[in-house]
Amino acid sequence: MGVLVNKDSKVIVQGFTGTEGTFHATQMIEYGTNVVGGVTPNKGGTTHLDRPVFNTVKDAVNQAGADTSIIFVPPAFAADAIMEAADAGIKVIICITEGIPVQDMVKAKAFAATKNCTLIGPNCPGVITAEEAKVGIMPGFVFKKGRIGIVSKSGTLTYEAADQTVKSGMGISTAIGIGGDPIIGTTTKEAVELLMNDPETDGIIMIGEIGGGMEAEAAKWLKDNMRKPVVGFIAGQTAPAGRRMGHAGAIVGGADDTAAAKMKIMAECGIHVVASPADIGKTMASVIGK
Amino acid sequence: MNVHEYQAKELLKRYNVPTQEGIAVENVTDALNAYSQISSQTGSKFVVVKAQIHAGGRGKGRMVEVPEQSGVAVVKSAEDVERVAKNILGNTLVTIQTGAAGKKVSKLLVAQDMYYDGPSDRKEFYLSILLDRTKKQNVIMYSTEGGMDIEEVAHNTPDRIFKEWVAPNMSLQGYQARNIAFNLGLSGEAFKNMVKFVTNLYNAYVGLDASMIEINPLFKSADDKIIAVDCKMDLDDNALMRHPDLKDMRDKSEEDPTEVEAGEFNLNYVKLDGNVGCMVNGAGLAMATMDMIKLAGGEPANFLDVGGTANAQTVEAGFRIIMKDPNVKAILINIFGGIVRCDRVAAGVIEAYNNMGNINIPIIVRLQGTNAEVAKELIVNSGLKVQSAIQLSEAAQLVQDAIAGKN
Repeated sequence: MGVLVNKDSKVIVQGFTGTEGTFHATQMIEYGTNVVGGVTPNKGGTTHLDRPVFNTVKDAVNQAGADTSIIFVPPAFAADAIMEAADAGIKVIICITEGIPVQDMVKAKAFAATKNCTLIGPNCPGVITAEEAKVGIMPGFVFKKGRIGIVSKSGTLTYEAADQTVKSGMGISTAIGIGGDPIIGTTTKEAVELLMNDPETDGIIMIGEIGGGMEAEAAKWLKDNMRKPVVGFIAGQTAPAGRRMGHAGAIVGGADDTAAAKMKIMAECGIHVVASPADIGKTMASVIGK
Repeated sequence: MNVHEYQAKELLKRYNVPTQEGIAVENVTDALNAYSQISSQTGSKFVVVKAQIHAGGRGKGRMVEVPEQSGVAVVKSAEDVERVAKNILGNTLVTIQTGAAGKKVSKLLVAQDMYYDGPSDRKEFYLSILLDRTKKQNVIMYSTEGGMDIEEVAHNTPDRIFKEWVAPNMSLQGYQARNIAFNLGLSGEAFKNMVKFVTNLYNAYVGLDASMIEINPLFKSADDKIIAVDCKMDLDDNALMRHPDLKDMRDKSEEDPTEVEAGEFNLNYVKLDGNVGCMVNGAGLAMATMDMIKLAGGEPANFLDVGGTANAQTVEAGFRIIMKDPNVKAILINIFGGIVRCDRVAAGVIEAYNNMGNINIPIIVRLQGTNAEVAKELIVNSGLKVQSAIQLSEAAQLVQDAIAGKN
């Protein structure tokens, strides 16, 4: 089962016929994801990758029963795509697009909050429930089935954590890439809460980075809700203040959003914090007794 | 993207935000012409001459070549303008924000003096607009304590800092603008002018896709005008696609030339002060790799994210950029190949290494993911002086050995 996506998810791809959409939809289908079609305005009625193309998300919901969407639309139009999906009744909206203007996300996030949906991203690798559904751009083979959940702001660091988990004799239930932008749909705390309530997840790996207050918020929630062990890592211990490190959200603004401050509060709230990214897998193995 | 004060003021005027009037110049002759033009308009012999660099703290900053000269000067004669312009133009200004190396000044803003006498008291306030990441709303932050370092005010007198959040999809509402004017202690004409000022400024913030606008000081003149005397503005890089005119305001001379060069290869590079260079795919893994270098006893020399396409061309560009830094004693390449195949990256590393020819520091290549074993074999069989690793912990050990001079 896992959380957010599973083998029963009916997935559509927004930006289906573009280069990125085509490449990753192909990979998702090969993985076994139930891709029921895609949306490209003015190409409705045609087929692509043997699946129907719709003009609107509403058509995809009505005609193919879509409940999950993955967005590869270019940055200028991505916030619009998020709002279209939310308005059409899509339940899980996963936005991969990187480089969306911040003011667009202020609007899209507020709009999505008025609808009955969960937004993941933007600027994220997506969500994978191992051996059921890959709704993202991650290399599927890394995520062997198991009972460890991952929440991460970063793409390749998620793959790294999954790989170490598998090499340490465990596997992955669901990995959620929440994204590295200043405004994202689902926060660290919300994603951790989903996995905490998932009966098929025994332990959680929480990977954050400098900037913002989401890890501290998650840690404070975990202090009272720690029913499974959580291993945490914060990237950017060596990042200087005031410099943006790749991700739009990864910038140290004040004393509270440095890696050291986040690691301290996480440890105080009972999270097993590792200093080295090389220790994520083996630490999880030792805390859950593998 | 940061813009200069004179550019920010031009942009504010488009939204009817009153600013201190001025003329940007690049040489002494133009500075003198600007002086006569402004003093004849204002009827005052006083003008303010301000060095145009992207860093703050100019008023307290000093010119390296002429230490008695600060970056902002009030002057009252053509002779003064000439002297100050000569002191500043082409010279280097060091402020609290520039770092010890300072910034070369190539432009001056000659601006009207707003501190004239009149019927009421002059006042300096502080006001900025930015995104509150926690509330996911834009916030207007303002204070009665203008003209000084706002972080100090926040620390010493937090009760003098006020905040007004603006609901998503809404403009600044009238009651909010009035709140701001009341909290700043204004009445009469000054109150009305402040309401207009903040309303228009918020429209500018949204209309320009700014990520931050800071007005310090926000000035009330002796005749109750509300004026932006200084303005720092940071524009959202992601939104520049819909503002082609703003894109042209970029001043590359304000940026690190190596970082600009990296950007041309779609590499995201930030120069740091350490001794171990690194090249990584993905921003999070790049930061994590830097942290690992530190834990292994080194100091990261840079942040470098090669993004989703690590091929021979980008790897070579990355090598060249890292090796410009003479402090670099070793380089760690850390690629998690997902969609990118590790054997392709390995071939790219080998090709780049051969093209470069003269690499005489240890190179450690850690390739994990798709075809990692094949990649390792390629590196080992290449006969190059390159260390290969698959696990992150192995790579950390190799970095430690390299720093200790063991490989």
